[in-house]
Amino acid sequence: MKLFRTPGPDKPSSPAQTSQKLSRRSSGLGELARTWSTDEGLCILDLGATSPANIRHFTERGHKIYSEDLLTASTDPALVTKDEHGNVVLDSRQFLEDNLVYPAAQFDIVLCWNLPDYLDESLVKPVVGRLWSVLKPGGMLLAFFHTRDAGPDAPCYRYHIMGPDVLDMQPIVPQREVRRGPTGAIHRAVVQGFRLQRVFNNRHIENLFRDFASIKFFLSRDNIREVLAVR
Amino acid sequence: MDVPKTGEFAHIGKSVMIKGELSGSEDLYLDGQVEGNILLKGNNLTVGPNGQVKANVDAKGVIIQGKLEGNLHATDRVELRKSAIVNGDIATQRIAIEEGAYLKGKVDVGKDGK
Repeated sequence: MKLFRTPGPDKPSSPAQTSQKLSRRSSGLGELARTWSTDEGLCILDLGATSPANIRHFTERGHKIYSEDLLTASTDPALVTKDEHGNVVLDSRQFLEDNLVYPAAQFDIVLCWNLPDYLDESLVKPVVGRLWSVLKPGGMLLAFFHTRDAGPDAPCYRYHIMGPDVLDMQPIVPQREVRRGPTGAIHRAVVQGFRLQRVFNNRHIENLFRDFASIKFFLSRDNIREVLAVR
Repeated sequence: MDVPKTGEFAHIGKSVMIKGELSGSEDLYLDGQVEGNILLKGNNLTVGPNGQVKANVDAKGVIIQGKLEGNLHATDRVELRKSAIVNGDIATQRIAIEEGAYLKGKVDVGKDGK
């Protein structure tokens, strides 16, 4: 697993980090869309930044949508703690007491987007474990992973559903000072935009979702590996 | 709708803090702090940019520009403006959310907001 922990020199935002939206096709989304266009009253959890488009998309179809911006929640300064070696980490137990608090097997679909690539290392596995427990058996989770070394400044996007397999991607520009990060790395990330923490390879992804019944990979042209995991 | 003219709305200014149940039969503009419950059945609530509400809200229409912690039930519509920070579930008939608004909770859109 490649980690991007080394602090680098401050760089100005690249053009890609402006707030302009990019559009992309998503095979994983297309497969999920078949579910929400045929089934009624689904319970959907969106873990990206609050998206009016996504809320509209699902509520117009009669589904219930839960919105929870986990990446922003992970920058809560109260989460900072130290492990047994004295390293600064985030308190995953506290994080899961404050977030993703739902009854077991509540959701039909979880939209992770690119959360695992940008979430702090100490939170990734506990979060995926919690997501497994809040998904219904047969429920599906969609996540995006970078397929190659995109560098720590690869922009973190919020995803807006524009069609059955079409997404608008909007670089996240942190605005709220109260959500500044707790540790050095994360603090800087929030000021400049969330930073790519690592690149997962296939084996890491399979390991991350090992409790799920099946995993399907979709490779896209923009070096994103889409993963559809079924509980 | 920004700050409404006094007279059209009951107005709670930003220096006011209320703990307890707030109920009424006229529209309310709230720019202060409220902890408890807000019951404005058949009327509208606007939480201004300085408003900080820790309460369950039941109203006809709700516009949030400030911060709300609690569940929101509106029989007509809910608008979250770009400065809105909402932690709680929303049940309403219609909803509009501006880019930049923050929501942690469920959105349930149905007839009569049920």
